[in-house]
Amino acid sequence: MTHNAYIYIAVMAAVSYAVRVLPLTLIRGQIKNRFLRSFLYYVPYVTLSVMTFPAIIEATQSPVSGVLALVAGIVLAWRGASLFKVSASCCVIVFVAELLLCR
Amino acid sequence: MGTNTSRSNDNAGETVRHRLFREGIRDGIPIALGYLAVSFSLGITARNAGLTAFQGLLASLLNNASAGEYAAFSVIATDAAYWEVAVVTLIANARYILMSCALSQKFAPGSPLAHRFLIGFDVTDELFGIAVSRPGYLEPAYMYGAFSVALPGWAVGTALGVIAGNLLPARVVSALSVALYGMFLAVIIPPAKKSRTVAGLVLISFAASFLCSYAPMLSAVSSGIRTIILTVSISATAAILFPVEKGEEAAGDDA
Repeated sequence: MTHNAYIYIAVMAAVSYAVRVLPLTLIRGQIKNRFLRSFLYYVPYVTLSVMTFPAIIEATQSPVSGVLALVAGIVLAWRGASLFKVSASCCVIVFVAELLLCR
Repeated sequence: MGTNTSRSNDNAGETVRHRLFREGIRDGIPIALGYLAVSFSLGITARNAGLTAFQGLLASLLNNASAGEYAAFSVIATDAAYWEVAVVTLIANARYILMSCALSQKFAPGSPLAHRFLIGFDVTDELFGIAVSRPGYLEPAYMYGAFSVALPGWAVGTALGVIAGNLLPARVVSALSVALYGMFLAVIIPPAKKSRTVAGLVLISFAASFLCSYAPMLSAVSSGIRTIILTVSISATAAILFPVEKGEEAAGDDA
């Protein structure tokens, strides 16, 4: 890499801190603009969805195990399993699936 | 309620703060354990981006953001420009703007500004979750207790991921690389169950992201930029078509 890792980290840290601390310290009242409120409400779900698929099926050795992990993760999360359980189950499923798939 | 006691009597206040701090540690332990596992796979992403264990530790200690760090590491891996890392981090962490707005309403009137600066350091999905799950005003000592275990869990896990990611067999790395996606699913699916709009958005986002990563021209754009374009366009369209009424936002509180 031609860029400096510590500058990368400093940029990330500055942005991460700013998005959290600026609303906490500057905005004392409720956001009134309905569009802005709605937009911010939807952003996390859209951005996490976009990052999850199809990346999850590209991260594994076999796309089949990625699909299995995706389906299992959705089912478990739907049934209210904790963050840790969903995350760990996806890992176990990929591991077992690839034991059988990739020889 | 703890803050009232602490104002009236210094010694009693000390005890209350200690109790709140211990409660924070207690609730922070399961979060820290989850973070250890998840940040381990984040460390693998950090290693792929060319970061050392120390740099991974530092990045996690200073960022405390799964999706944000993951997105940033992914673009760092492509030797992206600094501004691109800033924009990607901003977009991936945009949800914290909303969470911090919500949290700012939980502060007791007249609480010192220093608490806002310190608590702002570690607003994550999970810590935000336990903060809003407690009734009444935010208790800073409770939050600091949770931070004291969650922060090291996240940072150490990342460093271990950078180190052990090298030593582990490909099969184990492959399995662990889905930990973060599993965590993302655990954040997006429960609100999708509660709201048809969110469920529809998740499906549309999956489909749009899939199409864009294989479409002839769009696939040439870096994944970070693709995430930004898709997030802004889909969220803005949803905000126009399905504006959220006050109070509905509570569905996202446990996200």
